[in-house]
Amino acid sequence: MSQILKMVAQRFALGFLTLFIVSLIIFLGIELLPGDIAEEILGQSATPETVAAFRKELGLDVPAHIRYFDWLWGMLQGDMGRSLANKREISELIGLRFGNTLFLAVTAAAISVPLALTLGVLAALYRHSFYDRAVNVVTLSSISFPEFFVAYILIFLVSVTFPIFPSIANISDATPFWDKVYKVLLPALTLTLVVVAHMMRMTRAAIINLLASPYIEMANLKGLSRARVIVKHALPNALAPIINVVVINLAYLIVGVVVVEVVFVYPGLGQLMVDSVSKRDLPVVQASAMIFAGTYVLLNLLADILSILTNPRLLHPR
Amino acid sequence: MKSDNKLSSAMNTDVSRRGFLGGTAALGVTAASTSALMGKKAYAAKKGGHLRAGIAHGSTTDSLDPATYENGFSLALDYTLFNHLGEVDHTGTVKPELAESWEASPDAKTWSFKLRQGVEFHNGKTLEASDVIASIEYHMGEDTKSAAKSLLKQVKSMKADGKNEVVIELEAGNADFPYVISDYHIAIKPAKDGKIDPTEGIGTGPYALENYEPGVRLMANKNKNYFKSDRGHFDQVELITIIDLAARQNALTTGEIDMMDRADLKTVHLLKRQKGINVMETVGYKHYTMPMRTDTAPFDSNDLRLALKYSLDREELVKKILRGHGVVGNDHPISPTNQYHAEGLAQRMYDPDKAKFHFKKAGMEGTTIQLSAADAAFPGAVDAAVLYKEHAAKAGIDIEVVREPNDGYWSNVWMKKGWCACYWGGRPTEDWMFTTAYAAGADWNDTFWKHDRFNELLLAARAELDSDKRRTMYYEMQEIVSNDGGVVVPMFANYVFAATDKILPSEQMAGNWELDGSKFAERWSFA
Repeated sequence: MSQILKMVAQRFALGFLTLFIVSLIIFLGIELLPGDIAEEILGQSATPETVAAFRKELGLDVPAHIRYFDWLWGMLQGDMGRSLANKREISELIGLRFGNTLFLAVTAAAISVPLALTLGVLAALYRHSFYDRAVNVVTLSSISFPEFFVAYILIFLVSVTFPIFPSIANISDATPFWDKVYKVLLPALTLTLVVVAHMMRMTRAAIINLLASPYIEMANLKGLSRARVIVKHALPNALAPIINVVVINLAYLIVGVVVVEVVFVYPGLGQLMVDSVSKRDLPVVQASAMIFAGTYVLLNLLADILSILTNPRLLHPR
Repeated sequence: MKSDNKLSSAMNTDVSRRGFLGGTAALGVTAASTSALMGKKAYAAKKGGHLRAGIAHGSTTDSLDPATYENGFSLALDYTLFNHLGEVDHTGTVKPELAESWEASPDAKTWSFKLRQGVEFHNGKTLEASDVIASIEYHMGEDTKSAAKSLLKQVKSMKADGKNEVVIELEAGNADFPYVISDYHIAIKPAKDGKIDPTEGIGTGPYALENYEPGVRLMANKNKNYFKSDRGHFDQVELITIIDLAARQNALTTGEIDMMDRADLKTVHLLKRQKGINVMETVGYKHYTMPMRTDTAPFDSNDLRLALKYSLDREELVKKILRGHGVVGNDHPISPTNQYHAEGLAQRMYDPDKAKFHFKKAGMEGTTIQLSAADAAFPGAVDAAVLYKEHAAKAGIDIEVVREPNDGYWSNVWMKKGWCACYWGGRPTEDWMFTTAYAAGADWNDTFWKHDRFNELLLAARAELDSDKRRTMYYEMQEIVSNDGGVVVPMFANYVFAATDKILPSEQMAGNWELDGSKFAERWSFA
């Protein structure tokens, strides 16, 4: 167990270093983009005078490195600062959006993970059968289409032709829970179609890989049923790679869904970040980037811990 | 990310900002051409209901601050929550709103505005002259970042005459001042110790703010004490940001929203065929332009400018870029629906021979002219530039289309490159439009054009209260811009928007902005 604690501590230290580097890259990147927030917001009405007045009000007349360290110092104390564009507390601004993003991700994961694992195990069980081929063709096709295309097709089918689901996921804090679930079901289904193939194929491959092992042969010789061999004997040993793929897809569901957010008008974090980048609202971009990067760091850590826990050889190294 | 169509359309906020800031209220003589959809039944507004409007703009970075209003969502928000001293009606005339009446001195230098009495803000405070003065002052002075700053530079002093009258003295006479002071930025907010709180949502408007999530939605409830008893029919208004075009149209056809702005011109004929959907169109003041920098070679030669003006087939641009939803321009910024539009001025035609003649006279034969374009300038700008190149080729003029990035287009290309694509929403009055973008030394004189006679006329016409004299002067100015100015104006674009048949729009819609002057929340109702 101490092995794991040591690894967690190491990972956290590395994670912080990663976040620091990410923040530096984002900051420099935004600084390099043409124009700043004063110019972007004032747009055509920007005159040298109004831009200067706006910059002064926002504190943008201070040199870049000082602004960066101010931001860093605030961040270390847990203060994400305020949005330059509308002066709102970033924690409040992001809190709501991140909640929405997580809600969509969790809904999508709740559908896609069990579905992918079941399909994968069944595909391994009935290898080379018609079912195996069909499920491969369908999932690979759905992953090959761009997300917005899948989304539009779904909208066309189940909200325009057969009006079952709403075409936009118009939710707010006041929306009751089940109503919310109903409204995000279509975006969640879109995401499911996009991520299921990856997880399903990995489950299938990992299990099939093990089927040639001596202990599986042993199990077969004992006369166990194929289903039992796969679920009880092969699956536990195939968990490590499966967990890694599942976690990568979970991270994707959180950080990579901006297109789906746009198509379904879903108020998530992705749209917030895109808006903020286009307006050069640096503190908001930084905070969103920290959350996205943090999500990857944490989920990867989780994947590693779970892989170790499922593998006695890694759990008790000699 | 840029290559992804879905995403780049979502991020194309430059377009919207531009279209929005470029335009303002409209002074037109024609009633906006609404469709004949209300023709059959008698017009009767129904009270109540929850309106859901899908708006093509709105960004997380928006705020309630009127100084930085920047897109169609801010505009709808403004007219839902706030009032101004005057409002523009369907004939394009400015009518008193929070003011009861106004009067000018004979030299048009001193304006006194009598305020309507007994108007209450959403928080119960009664409107007074001090609120009006504080609301205007917020956009003035050294430290303001307001887009209305340059508009209000002409104000010399303001003072309250009693509680219900504001007297404004100008540096020089301006016959159009009521239009200027009714600009959408100058929303009237309650003052506290002589200052307004710009980020607060309290106004006098038809609806009171309930909840605003920038870039997502605005919810507002009926203001029961609204001073216009025959306006503001809905119980609740919900403005929803739906930037994605397909999402917006799907939401409308599946009944998720009741109305939307900016219909897709490419598919609007299909939308029209949908049952229960009314597509509406108003003639706008918005025009697409291609400004040349007349202060730099080779565009300092008027022969070259004329050559380029003659080498464009405007009809084809209207047909292909606007799909017929617009009218051809005549190389000046005054729309056919403006009050003093020069009707007698001959329409500039596509004439390769004349173009060739002027091109030769300018001594430019064999050279290549660069035209910078990006879709940030206006939707289809790059295509328009390519069509231009084809038309000019017939006159022996070689145009090289330079495709610029959308990002930063307004800071790095517009007013920087010699010749580029651009667009203006138009201004309510001739004076306003010319002063903003054609007067010598103006901040946004994007052609860097300086014409003595034009500038002389501009000053004379501004202070002139006699309409006939003004007309003569504005006609001459349009002619000068058309024949000497540095701008190619290929077309004026219409506003095209849609609603379900459950919505009853105004009998005659204002054309100063999209969606009935953006006052749909106040003026429309359920049928």
